[in-house]
Amino acid sequence: MDKRIATLAEAVAGIGDGATVMIGGFGGSGAPIELIHALIDRFLATGSPKDLTVINNNAGNGHVGIAAMIEQGMVRKMICSFPRSADPRVFTERYLAGQIALELVPQGTLAERIRAGGAGIPAFYTPTSFGTDLAEGKPVAEFDGRSYVQERWLKADVALIKAELGDPHGNLTYRMAARNFNPLMCMAAERTVVQVSRIVPLGGIDPEAVVTPGIFVSALVEVSEPQQEELLNRAGATYP
Amino acid sequence: MTLTKLSNAQIAWRAAQDIADGAYVNLGIGFPEMVAKFQPPGRQAIFHTENGVLDFGEAPPEGQEDWDLINAGKKAVTLKPGSAFFHHADSFAMVRGGHLDVAILGAYQVAQTGDLANWSTGPKGVPAVGGAMDLVHGAKRVAVITEHVTKDGKPKLVERCTLPLTGVGCVTRVYTSLAVIDIEGGRFVLREKLPALSLDELQSLTGAALLLQGDVGDLIVPEL
Repeated sequence: MDKRIATLAEAVAGIGDGATVMIGGFGGSGAPIELIHALIDRFLATGSPKDLTVINNNAGNGHVGIAAMIEQGMVRKMICSFPRSADPRVFTERYLAGQIALELVPQGTLAERIRAGGAGIPAFYTPTSFGTDLAEGKPVAEFDGRSYVQERWLKADVALIKAELGDPHGNLTYRMAARNFNPLMCMAAERTVVQVSRIVPLGGIDPEAVVTPGIFVSALVEVSEPQQEELLNRAGATYP
Repeated sequence: MTLTKLSNAQIAWRAAQDIADGAYVNLGIGFPEMVAKFQPPGRQAIFHTENGVLDFGEAPPEGQEDWDLINAGKKAVTLKPGSAFFHHADSFAMVRGGHLDVAILGAYQVAQTGDLANWSTGPKGVPAVGGAMDLVHGAKRVAVITEHVTKDGKPKLVERCTLPLTGVGCVTRVYTSLAVIDIEGGRFVLREKLPALSLDELQSLTGAALLLQGDVGDLIVPEL
């Protein structure tokens, strides 16, 4: 078994129009910038994929990464918890103009919905959002005297993930707080594509240290010295 | 010297005095983050940040940031001996699962029932909630730090919130620029107030009745 692939272009091939795409990261930390930009390259070359639903904690910052996808008009809908950032103009302008849809989900509920999607749990109850506008239309039930809101799983056609080390089986480690949503999204997509800073041989990751077991990974591509969204934005970068 | 009201730093200082050594604490983004600076000597709380770090330290010097090591406000932080990383589902299991001792949040409005409004000022603009609705559930104590009144002098402590709710019946204590108030049985119970302020004055700045139970302490905070 060998899940390594050679190029970013190959990694993002096969993502179709209308696909639901989970993209790892919390702000710039753990954001797979090179995979996102490869997807934008494909869109600019072929006109596809478009009408995407993107699931991420945020809705892009500046003019790189997810913000650049939105700016190019690839995204129909964002599912996120916090569509604000240091420079949220790209999403904000399109949202206020009615050009992009937003499903706002509390952060912990977003994480748990993704986890549930990966774990085969179609719905669960959480205290979060009970009695608020974000619970509108959702079933409510009482357990042991407290009220809870029913939330449904989230799944995706593809997950784009950033990790630190990967081996040919797809076993992964992460770097510091860049872990965030990445391990959950690995579990919840039909196809999980990972950019890793370094591919190591089988046995190169201590089994005790594996965070995402390879069963949740479809393909991995090495991107040594990956770009950081925060640094790109501080430099005023735009993509393409 | 007579204080007319506490500064934000002084409100944060007062809230920090109630955090026990070894407590697991989440501080909301912005003003609540200040509480970390005022831990009493000899006490060390363990701070949790929603994006997946326990026991993180202060911001690094400029130029030494590692942008894989940030807090929920997306500011660079540092590690301490004993730090731990975890993914988002585990992070919010810590939040909702009753594992945090204290969560401290900001507020637009707090109701005497413990309802909190702190995420939205209405339907204009782009809505954003983040972890606020999760944080109000599960911590053993959910405290609010806030100015006692709004910029135009309206009470922030009210009978019923008029702004969109973050959570229902979740707040247990409010530290304001004028007083420390507990929420018990659907009522505001006054615990401490600035000594220079009369009860009537404080009540006139509060949008719901203040209940007195036993002595009201003097809210005394150092100059900061």
